[in-house]
Amino acid sequence: MPATAAHPHTAAAFELVDVHYAYQDIPALNGVSLRIPTGQCIALLGANGSGKSTLLRLLAALCFPDRGRLAAFGEELSDERMQQESLAYAFRRRVGLVFQNPDVQLFNPTVFDELAFGPLQLGWTREEILRCVDAMLAEFSLADLKHRSPHRLSGGEKKRVALACVLITRPEVLLLDEPTAALDPRSQGEVVRCLAGCRGSGRTVVTATHNLDIVAEIADYCFVLQAGRLVAQGTSTDILGDGALLRATQLLHAHWHVHADGLAHTHDHRHHVAAGEPL
Amino acid sequence: MGEQTFLRGGHPRRRGDFLERLLRGLLDAMDHAADAERLAAGPGLLQRLDPRIKTLGLLALVVTAVFVKSLVALALLFVCATALALASGITLRRLAGQVWIGVLLFTGVLAVPAIVLVPGDAVAVVPLLDWTITRQGLRGAAFLIGRAQTAATFALLVMLTTPWPQVLKALRSLGVPLILVAILGMTHRYIFVLLESSVQLFEAKRSRVMGPLPGPQRRRLAMASVVVLLERSLQLATEVHLAMIARGYRGEVHLLDELRTRPRDWLALAGLLSIAAVAIGWPWLPAIGDRG
Repeated sequence: MPATAAHPHTAAAFELVDVHYAYQDIPALNGVSLRIPTGQCIALLGANGSGKSTLLRLLAALCFPDRGRLAAFGEELSDERMQQESLAYAFRRRVGLVFQNPDVQLFNPTVFDELAFGPLQLGWTREEILRCVDAMLAEFSLADLKHRSPHRLSGGEKKRVALACVLITRPEVLLLDEPTAALDPRSQGEVVRCLAGCRGSGRTVVTATHNLDIVAEIADYCFVLQAGRLVAQGTSTDILGDGALLRATQLLHAHWHVHADGLAHTHDHRHHVAAGEPL
Repeated sequence: MGEQTFLRGGHPRRRGDFLERLLRGLLDAMDHAADAERLAAGPGLLQRLDPRIKTLGLLALVVTAVFVKSLVALALLFVCATALALASGITLRRLAGQVWIGVLLFTGVLAVPAIVLVPGDAVAVVPLLDWTITRQGLRGAAFLIGRAQTAATFALLVMLTTPWPQVLKALRSLGVPLILVAILGMTHRYIFVLLESSVQLFEAKRSRVMGPLPGPQRRRLAMASVVVLLERSLQLATEVHLAMIARGYRGEVHLLDELRTRPRDWLALAGLLSIAAVAIGWPWLPAIGDRG
């Protein structure tokens, strides 16, 4: 598929050309080409196992294509190039990734240390770190948890800490892997409000999700993946309005039920139950 | 099978106790680690010292404990270690639980036979067995146990009075290569990942166990659990490492407060090195050394 984009005239934050990636023998991405313009809020849609998380990892330069070309901010990314201190520093300064499982992202003894970790790696001054940590704690309503161990927090609190500890370095590009997975409605609302606030702020946001309920609020443009291939792209309105596409990519499924009056019928049901979440 | 053993009865209480004990042990280990972090950040004599000075000074005492040639000097070092621990808010109970009992059991296995196996001057005879306890054997056993206890106590003092990132930073400052420090850091995190994975795995297992399983099946399941646990925790540890890289980690240790050496740190180092020098020089000090 040729590289296409929402705004072909805007500078690209990321550009992928015919990217292939496999975990040993299991292909995860199969010839994906896409262009993510700067300042856009993008949703990567797809059912479980469609390659969303792998694509995010590639964008975060945590793994590199087996074949094809991956570029960020006009610079080609490869394992060898990321070994260069200056390139790695500049890239990590500009791109932040929020993992699906907050437990893998929270490895410091306290919430304070967690927030300070990124800025410390980037060589910020003590005063700047203290000021920014306090600001983020207040913004994410985490001030009371400052000295708590991240591992003892609730799922929603962990997610907020994970988001805050990436946003604290003010990355130009924010990559999010299933940001609302396993969150209660209130915590989901907080995360969605935060992401909705990024729209129009000039920050590039790429959110991998299969929760269609949040897409209209957080994304201007969508890429739809299925079995490691890019099968569709378009504005959020277009994609969300294409029932056939959503059904074909298993983002919607027919839901059959019987009403109390005895009438049975089917309607589309959005696929937004996170892995491990009770049905 | 579960239903088979359920019908047969069995020993649900014993099995439940084992899993309960295991889970409690794992949770205790995590609590213990959190407690150690609190202790390291708390007030105390050693906590107030520059981690580099402390590491260097206590490392010198560890080496001294290994090479010291006098039992009196070794006892002096041991008393010194205990005094430093108490002055740093570490209780005797904690020292006994974390070091002394374990080291005594481990080295005791090696040291006790030496009491009767090493030839030398007879001190006593074991009744019934007619084994001769020798002065040289007793001395060797005392050295082995004493050295291990003293060195392990000093090493524990570094760990319990210094937050882990500062230990790593101190090691880097003392010239330990980046790769070794990075491996140490990853190992430390991996332990917690392993503990967390273990708790999750055993909780999941406990929730699905209907009754006792026959011995061989239980052992098979235990072995399978170990494999799954290692695989899962390795995967999690890799994910954690990737998350660190994504936030700019390159192996180097960065602290909010840069380490600073003050006059009191130099004074403490001089004190610790003096103790080491006295212990090493003990046999040559006139009149007070034991020369046995």
